[in-house]
Amino acid sequence: MGIPFEDGNFSLFVRGFLGTIELSALSALFALLLGVVLAAFRVSPVPVLRTFGTTWVTVFRNTPLTLMFFAVTFVLPRLDVHISSFTAAVAALSIYTGSFVCEVLRAGINTVPLGQAEAARSLGMGFGQTLGLVVLPQAARAVIAPMGSVFIALPRNSAVAGAFNVFELFSVQKTLTEKGYDIFALFFWLALAYLVISFSVGAVFSALERRTAVVR
Amino acid sequence: MTENSADPSVPEKGRGTPLVSLRGVNKHFGALHVLQDIDLDIAQGEVVVLIGPSGSGKSTLCRTINRLETIDSGTIEVDGRPLPAEGRELARLRAQVGMVFQSFNLFAHKTVLQNVVLAQVKVGRVPRAEAEKTARELLERVGVGAQADKFPAQLSGGQQQRVAIARALAMDPKVMLFDEPTSALDPEMVNEVLEVMRSLAAKGMTMVVVTHEMGFARSAANRVLFMADGRIVEQNTPEAFFTAPRSDRAKDFLSKILHH
Repeated sequence: MGIPFEDGNFSLFVRGFLGTIELSALSALFALLLGVVLAAFRVSPVPVLRTFGTTWVTVFRNTPLTLMFFAVTFVLPRLDVHISSFTAAVAALSIYTGSFVCEVLRAGINTVPLGQAEAARSLGMGFGQTLGLVVLPQAARAVIAPMGSVFIALPRNSAVAGAFNVFELFSVQKTLTEKGYDIFALFFWLALAYLVISFSVGAVFSALERRTAVVR
Repeated sequence: MTENSADPSVPEKGRGTPLVSLRGVNKHFGALHVLQDIDLDIAQGEVVVLIGPSGSGKSTLCRTINRLETIDSGTIEVDGRPLPAEGRELARLRAQVGMVFQSFNLFAHKTVLQNVVLAQVKVGRVPRAEAEKTARELLERVGVGAQADKFPAQLSGGQQQRVAIARALAMDPKVMLFDEPTSALDPEMVNEVLEVMRSLAAKGMTMVVVTHEMGFARSAANRVLFMADGRIVEQNTPEAFFTAPRSDRAKDFLSKILHH
């Protein structure tokens, strides 16, 4: 039963665990940046930007993640764009998750009364200042819980990368299954590892929620 | 409608170079023609009160002056310059046009002091220490100095509205727009806000006030504009307007609000 602790498998597990964390953390960062930009586009007064944001979200939120991985892994090289499997995985996950982040943010923005933005504009603030200083800080509180769900899904989605040449937790399973270990026992340990990650992300967001709740 | 210079009932003050000038302004909300050929000049230091039945377009007119509402045709000039399109130029102009809303719209995530400081620092590029000094003076002036470190939700409506006035004044505006500033207040708090507005008017601030407070219109206005169905139906000094309204619409309106 104790597969990670047999035959020197422990370092393999640790490598997979860190691989998943690295992939997820980087993707989370880029997804958040991308999501903020897309959300800003979607609420901007410029029609071209709004259309761009809407199109982006519609396309990438509705594309299966595996298909995204196929695209970055097999299509990009044909366009003479050569990037590492890891970079490709970060790109696929960020683009995919970014569209969800955008929609969560936009929902949050919609919870802030229109008058707040009007007051900001009437004081001479531009679009960026209105969004960054007045609207987003107030949207944040409404956004934390659903954002937590998005970022708990991300590490679990990152398992797809294991099928595209990136070494992470799920690749550990492939390696060890090939060595003849019992697949159910393996899954137990992998599930445990994913649980640790999801639980930690969840805990961070709960803490954020508690902290922002005190403000008013 | 009525040209100020040709209208003997308009006070002397209304005849200089106008600070705010609207010419042939039209606006539609879908099929509703909410502003119809509005011509209006507001002089430096003038207090103009807009009254009229709900849906007459008075709030919309007020909001077009800092382009919170866009117009379909016509021109609006503030201090001799036409309102620019959305962008940096417009933002700069808005900083010079103070606005007070019916629902206060104080920034809920900022303290009272921060509410008054924020735009000074971020828009006016005033050093923070100086901005805080200005903010505290203004809060003192509108009588909420003791509430500086509270959040808006901890204040009464009247206090919040006075903070909102201080927040607008902090940008040192050339003209102040008041869009039904007392309509969301409990009756006992109306006067504290009107007092602040009266003292502003007495200090020579140019003001456009949409209100249902006829007492304020009588005592503080230089000119009363009566609007109905998207038009300025009648304009006059408050004394003349309230004692001898000329149009039937105005007579009807006044009879409904003054005798009940």
